[in-house]
Amino acid sequence: MAEELILLNIWASPFGMRVRIALAEKGVDGYETREENLQNMSPLLLQMNPVHKKIPVLIHNGRPVCESLIIVQYIDEVWKRGSPLLPSDPYRRAHARFWADYVDKKLYSLGKLIWLTTGEAAAKEELIGCFKLLEGELGDKTYFGGDSFGFVDVSLISFYRWFNVFEHFGNFSMVVECPKLVAWAHRCAERESVSKCLPNEQEFFDFVVELRKKAMTK
Amino acid sequence: MASHGVVLLNSWVSMFGMRVMIALKEKGVEYEYREENLTDKSQLLLEMNPIHKKIPVLIHNGKPVCESLIIVQYIDEVWNEKYPLLPSDPYQRAQARFWADYVDQKLYGALRKVLFTKGEEQEEAKEFVDVLKVLEGALGEMPYFGGEKFGYVDIALVTFYCWFYAYETLGGLNIEAECPKLIAWAKRCMERESVSKSLADPHKVYDFAVGLRKKFGVD
Repeated sequence: MAEELILLNIWASPFGMRVRIALAEKGVDGYETREENLQNMSPLLLQMNPVHKKIPVLIHNGRPVCESLIIVQYIDEVWKRGSPLLPSDPYRRAHARFWADYVDKKLYSLGKLIWLTTGEAAAKEELIGCFKLLEGELGDKTYFGGDSFGFVDVSLISFYRWFNVFEHFGNFSMVVECPKLVAWAHRCAERESVSKCLPNEQEFFDFVVELRKKAMTK
Repeated sequence: MASHGVVLLNSWVSMFGMRVMIALKEKGVEYEYREENLTDKSQLLLEMNPIHKKIPVLIHNGKPVCESLIIVQYIDEVWNEKYPLLPSDPYQRAQARFWADYVDQKLYGALRKVLFTKGEEQEEAKEFVDVLKVLEGALGEMPYFGGEKFGYVDIALVTFYCWFYAYETLGGLNIEAECPKLIAWAKRCMERESVSKSLADPHKVYDFAVGLRKKFGVD
């Protein structure tokens, strides 16, 4: 049966990027991407994700999978090509899920406090603390997954373009605060699966500046 | 040691801790239970969950697993010879993870708003009921969220049932009138020993909630 795979996404979304990276890691490229506009959602999006009305949504043979980390796990379980994104050992799997969950719980909301406001010192300290904790977890490993690029790497590298947004609006330097994490990010960015999914740096930065302007004039 | 190296750090009133207790009971795993005082956390808790400093924490052969849904999945994968909690089909698994995540994203926050904040209780009460109605819709006509078998989503949600009495009494609502099918499902779950032995007494939960409200200056 011909496989039908559609990704409902927004080019700048770090969550959508996770899905694209995971599919690329599995060598899956015969899929259609539909760019959504959250101010004017497509009927398909509303039909496929009526509960949250958010992207990304992966539609596989007509059936939707929602929530980026759930989609990445689904991809890992369906497409067995290449190295698995989650380890096979239950304890290491739980550990990977914990850190991906930590990225979800902390990074996006803390980051918002940086780029959507005007220099909150406490938020900046907390965000740097968050990155340092992640750097501690990485340790001297090549990837969070150890020797192989895995679940936590996918979860975090999708925020790569946000790093210089945070630096700019938070007025700090990532390479000064967490050099090992920056080295890890560069390593990941060299992977084809990541480099082809990263939005253009300047385009992304300009996009965030626009968003910030709009939000702050409200 | 009878507990075979399994320790649960918990707080009796936590619906998140109860999920772990149900999962362990479903798998027939013996464990040592340790009640934490969340206003005076033990060294062990701070050592085992330094990042979030929260319960539940499952310590298996000295190694900690944190976050209740991650713990439940871990239990399902380690003690995998009997009674799978998650389906084997990847799409069904994704659906189960989605709905458990929905409970985490929406229900706890809505419950907290009504119980522990002042003013606009009616608005928040509606939000809580709306979330329950979505879940009731997802259940449909099935006996459990897992279909014919009690599973992951059932575990994620049923532990909120013992908080309903507190919610109804303090929030001024009748959940059974709003979501009869969901209450029928909850009572069905309560017939399982793993659930009835793990859920806290609703009246004790109510007393606890009243105490917390006084502490937060809500009442």
